[in-house]
Amino acid sequence: MTPFKLKIVTPDGLIFDGEAEELIVRTTGGDVAILARHINYVAPLGMGRAVVVSGGQRRTAACIGGMLSVTQEEVTLVPTTFEWAEKIDVNRAEASYQRADKILRDQNASSTELKLAEARLHRALVRKSVASYK
Amino acid sequence: MAGVSTKEIKNRIRSMESTKQITKAMEMVAASKLRRAQAQVLSSRPYFEILYSTIQDITRSNRDFSSLYLTGRPVNRVLYIVIAGDRGLAGGYNSNILKQVQTDIQGKDAVVLPIGKKAVDFFKSKNIPLLTENYAEAAMVGIGDCFSISKQLSSAFLAGEFDEIYVAFTSFVSVLSQTPASLQLLPLKQPEHEEKAEGRPHSDTVYEGDSEEVFAAIVPEYLGGILYGALCESRASEQAARRAAMDSATQNADEMIADLSLKYNRARQAAITQEITEIVAGS
Repeated sequence: MTPFKLKIVTPDGLIFDGEAEELIVRTTGGDVAILARHINYVAPLGMGRAVVVSGGQRRTAACIGGMLSVTQEEVTLVPTTFEWAEKIDVNRAEASYQRADKILRDQNASSTELKLAEARLHRALVRKSVASYK
Repeated sequence: MAGVSTKEIKNRIRSMESTKQITKAMEMVAASKLRRAQAQVLSSRPYFEILYSTIQDITRSNRDFSSLYLTGRPVNRVLYIVIAGDRGLAGGYNSNILKQVQTDIQGKDAVVLPIGKKAVDFFKSKNIPLLTENYAEAAMVGIGDCFSISKQLSSAFLAGEFDEIYVAFTSFVSVLSQTPASLQLLPLKQPEHEEKAEGRPHSDTVYEGDSEEVFAAIVPEYLGGILYGALCESRASEQAARRAAMDSATQNADEMIADLSLKYNRARQAAITQEITEIVAGS
């Protein structure tokens, strides 16, 4: 397959910079796959699994928030968090899941607390499910 | 050298030496923290540059939509996010930024969202309304907090609770120089007209949903990113300021110790001379 230039940048630094053949990410509208010579495209990202195929190698990652932008020259992914499956700390995700779950079951939690806990639960679930792909 | 006993001087030298040890240790801790903070600032920069250029591209290519994020309205209430430190002993780091914000908000109907213990204490003592005290510990505020702040503020802005939002932070110019700065977050500044003219044609870009939707989704992310960047810069500045302050404190301690040692030796000699004189006179 024809490769294209892919750059993945998060607030923690440059994660990936090189050639890739395919990129699958979850946008707010659902999963999209980007191949070479894609039309110019901009989409905000949801929370989910991302797959990068580079040099025939498939790598899975948890990709949360941010956006995807495709221009003629290159594909740029700017997520809030991007963790390769093998680097996900499963214990931390599990702990975060338990904490959020406890708040969600709490009758006295305020609405902002609930909203934060819900987002945390979602992130933890994404991490846990992506970690099982490695 | 009459009047000052050698014992008194010796005590002062000893206490000065222990102070010096403390400042020296603080300086070294700050230096190592500074190195880490500096690396964080550098690694996070490309992220904001890309987000910023995308926002600019969208605004430039779409002349026909107007977002609430872009159009300003008459300013009644202003929100200031103020990033300061948790601890003192960092030279002018805290007082510079707090003083600047104080002059900025004079005469305005302003609410402050303080980050850092020093900022919380300062605005409380001045009776300036605070939005929340949840972020009293700047060291504990992570990137997740930045994004939840920005989401809350974006919706508060759209709901008309605030008409302008600023972030005040200390920009990290170099290890030796940090300057307080404030940045307008919302409404977003429109790109200049000349830029529009030279911009590439972007009309062929496909947006997931439509461009307004994308814009509305990206703006909070963008603000969270800026906030995190400002936080990183402030942290690096704090460590740099503390390192410099502790360095000069150590130097001052050195000087005082040298001065006191001289005095001590003189006093000792004077005492010996006096003793000899007394013995000679007595015999």
